[in-house]
Amino acid sequence: RPQRGLSLQVSAALKEGRVTATELCQRCLSLIRSTKFLNAYITVAEETALKQAEESEKRYRAGQQLGVLDGIPIAVKDNFNTAGIETTCASNMLKGYISPYNATVVQKLLDQGAVLLGKTNLDEFAMGSGSTDGVFGPVRNPWSYSRQYKKKSVPKSHSEDKESNWVITGGSSGGSAAAVSSFTCFAALGSDTGGSTRNPAAHCGVVGLKPTYGLISRHGLIPLVNSMDVPGILTRCVDDAAVVLGSLAGHDPKDSTTIQDDFKPFELPNLTDVRKLSIGIPKEYHAPGLSSEILAVWSKAADLFENAGAKVTEVSLPHTRYSIVCYHVLCTAEVASNMARFDGLEYGHRSDMNKSTESMYAATRREGFNDVVRGRILSGNYFLLKQNYENYFIKAQKVRRLIANDFVKVFGSGVDILLTPTTLSDAVPYMEFIKEDNRTRSTQDDILTQAANMAGLPAINVPAALSERGLPVGLQFIGRSFQEKQLLTVAKWFEKQVKFPMIQLEEVKRHDNDVFQHQKSASFS
Amino acid sequence: AAARGCGGVWHQVCQRGAGGPSLAPRGQRAFTCNARGGAVPAGKSGLAPWVPVVGLEIHAQISSNSKLFSGSQVQFAAPPNSLVSFFDASLPGTLPVLNRRCVEAAVMTGLALNCSINKKSLFDRKHYYYADLPAGYQITQQRVPIAVNGSLSYSLCIDNKMSRMVTKTVRIKQIQLEQDSGKSLHDDTRSQTLIDLNRAGVGLMEVVMEPDMRCGEEAAAAVRELQLILQTLGSSQAVMAEGQLRVDANVSVHRPGEPYGVRTEVKNINSIRFLAKAVDYEIQRQIEELENGGTILNETRAFDSKLGCTIPIRDKEGKQDYRFMPEPNLPPLILYNAKSLPANMNHQQVVNIDWIHERLPDLPSVKRAKLVEQYGILPEHSFTLVNEDGLTEFFENVVKQTQMKPSKAIGWILNDLLSYLKQHSLTVKESLVSSFLLADLLNLLEKKEISSTAAKQVLAELWKGEGKTPLEIVKEKKLELIQNQEELEQICQAVIDGQENEVIMMVLE
Repeated sequence: RPQRGLSLQVSAALKEGRVTATELCQRCLSLIRSTKFLNAYITVAEETALKQAEESEKRYRAGQQLGVLDGIPIAVKDNFNTAGIETTCASNMLKGYISPYNATVVQKLLDQGAVLLGKTNLDEFAMGSGSTDGVFGPVRNPWSYSRQYKKKSVPKSHSEDKESNWVITGGSSGGSAAAVSSFTCFAALGSDTGGSTRNPAAHCGVVGLKPTYGLISRHGLIPLVNSMDVPGILTRCVDDAAVVLGSLAGHDPKDSTTIQDDFKPFELPNLTDVRKLSIGIPKEYHAPGLSSEILAVWSKAADLFENAGAKVTEVSLPHTRYSIVCYHVLCTAEVASNMARFDGLEYGHRSDMNKSTESMYAATRREGFNDVVRGRILSGNYFLLKQNYENYFIKAQKVRRLIANDFVKVFGSGVDILLTPTTLSDAVPYMEFIKEDNRTRSTQDDILTQAANMAGLPAINVPAALSERGLPVGLQFIGRSFQEKQLLTVAKWFEKQVKFPMIQLEEVKRHDNDVFQHQKSASFS
Repeated sequence: AAARGCGGVWHQVCQRGAGGPSLAPRGQRAFTCNARGGAVPAGKSGLAPWVPVVGLEIHAQISSNSKLFSGSQVQFAAPPNSLVSFFDASLPGTLPVLNRRCVEAAVMTGLALNCSINKKSLFDRKHYYYADLPAGYQITQQRVPIAVNGSLSYSLCIDNKMSRMVTKTVRIKQIQLEQDSGKSLHDDTRSQTLIDLNRAGVGLMEVVMEPDMRCGEEAAAAVRELQLILQTLGSSQAVMAEGQLRVDANVSVHRPGEPYGVRTEVKNINSIRFLAKAVDYEIQRQIEELENGGTILNETRAFDSKLGCTIPIRDKEGKQDYRFMPEPNLPPLILYNAKSLPANMNHQQVVNIDWIHERLPDLPSVKRAKLVEQYGILPEHSFTLVNEDGLTEFFENVVKQTQMKPSKAIGWILNDLLSYLKQHSLTVKESLVSSFLLADLLNLLEKKEISSTAAKQVLAELWKGEGKTPLEIVKEKKLELIQNQEELEQICQAVIDGQENEVIMMVLE
């Protein structure tokens, strides 16, 4: 029996009446309740979700379902606008903000019958790599509660609370990654500016796809860095990512940076022969700080391809090492600009300070933004000052071009796909993570993912193995621009080879055995 | 009413004090604009005369159904905040989508002003905090604007007789597309500011004129010519009173051969007449300041039309760093010509410069030349015809309906009709005397049925708008010329008979 995506299987179950959309929705809602401690969701839209499920059920009964995604429960990162459902960006600035419109990607999912369960947690305005820096508190990695992790992590001392052992999800789309990983939804939207989809996907053991810039509309995504932001897709298998991509991709008249050409959704073939494939291993990704464990997984993967007959060569992307500093300048500059609209006048938080318009602005922004956001605004404005513009912004743009050109050269030399680690190590415990400030952490954590954003290339995290501590390790595949089909086909082949283990969530199992069993069987039948 | 009364060739002399409120402390020591564009001030220091330098930045609101980057309607005087899209209110996650009509308007304007049109132009963000700028930045074209290096020819009279006209040229540095801001209304008593975003995001063309002008009248004539061109093209309605055309003047003075002086920027000028006054006032103020040993500050000043002077203001944007950066949500704006037009491109998606060029209407200068040629009228008369809204049509209608030579009819239109309209602050379209009635009257004159003195009397009656025809008035008032020799002799005889004494006295003398 050919391996099929989870969504296709569930879709078949819905079609055959083995399960109804309402049942599916209720089970997910109940799982969300029982995993509340993960803090994956900021808002759970129970009522509207059930209503959407009911509508879907009617369509199935009438044989008029809208497509594969009809009735499929999904979650959306809380930096996408959702009409009627709070959109907060995990910031005081937008707490209580209800958008009057849906982001294009949200609208497309709804138009295809997907059931929107709620909005997932993130770092404030997506600025972070841990999903620890939002006003609603940190997201906990579901693997912290897995049998695999618990077996291996022994508290260092008796005084140390068992509680403090939980590990972060990575970020900034940690809520979406945790939601998918803990079975509360079948797919989730994240956003990816420097790795924000791939990084938490790696730490949570799920698939995280960052499509080519311009393939999916950004309209309605509250921006971090407009020139790098892409809506990201988090799923439990590569096939599902292809299904969701197919439902989202294509030109949007509301986003002038989307491609003009029509996008044809595709089904992924089962690759049996990789001998024509050329895999590049960029040596610069052997970065300082890369854990030996990850390095081993990476090498093993390269061997896997080589043994299967693929051509595996070491390649060089010499400018990648400048990407961190370059990203810092470009990101903060755009952040400074994008955040200028939050002045308390039209929407969002407004301070009570009313001495003057200027003092109201200042107080609103001080109260509304956390230190990370304010810090980036400050440095971004510094880089944009007339006297600094040439030395920082222009220079960073030139470096960005060099980084992008490195990829052009490598792909021009005949390499099809690049294989790299996604993160430097597996997920670290929260208590350890917060010892360093957001900037230092982001700098380290984005290092392997960022260059793909600089170049606008598609990239995907595929879970590869468990670390010694029983935590997921993911690898990244980077493809040519708009060659998602090739990228996903290779990723699917790899996924099939590595047989990444299923998360064993005992607490969830206790709470809601039914759903867990159902989904378990659905995903690995 | 601001735009009215500017018709005709600029007939005020470039001289201070002419008709305007007198500016008490300022002396009458004047500079005047001469035909060669030099200034001739009589400096008391006996040094070389001061040379004033005037450059203009003009914002013309694009006449389009919807805004520059959003689908909201553009409409003057709509209820506050009734024309605001999510993008205009800068709701998070919204993106700009360029309005093709605005691009075409800018290309048309650029071509009409002899600019080179950039086949690739870019958009930038200009940051500043102000309540009526909801995004915290304006999208403009700072680095590569849509049109550059053009010129505008304009004419003005150098004395009151309208007979000595000179044509001058001002260089156009660039035309850039940008967003308009909203409006702030300050309620001082309740110490609050109310914001109306209807105007936020409306397309503007910023036309930058090089400092090639020397006095207020030149600036005024250049702006009037630009206004006519925009109206002819339909790229902007360009009504100053409605804020569709906003002019900021950069003014400085220097000694010949020396570098330009420190300039001030004069804002808040809402009519062409006030532009001339504001510029001339500012020139005079700077000269006096310098001659009294003072210095000119690089500041923004507002023109107070009641006092007739400029006063320093706190610039709403302050002297701040705008932190320009490329607008990342808009790809470069690519324009095509017949050669570069890709064959497989959807024509709805592209703007073709050549196509627009071929369809440009006759510009005012061409219209004037045609009028002179077709009707044998004086060039200066063609200026008045074209400059005054609706007057060319009026003139042509009169000419069609009368046997009188156009070169003769024009006198009646310019001297009698227009001066009456001006006195009563009426536009040509509001005239109670239609082209039909005037033609009727001129026909009576042409057929020698009435004298020209009588015709003036009839015209005066026609202004009353009582619905009578010229012929009826002539009959009622018995204004016909008597053509019968016998009848005339009888009248003369009767006069003589009744005044015997006077006749005798005359004979004796």
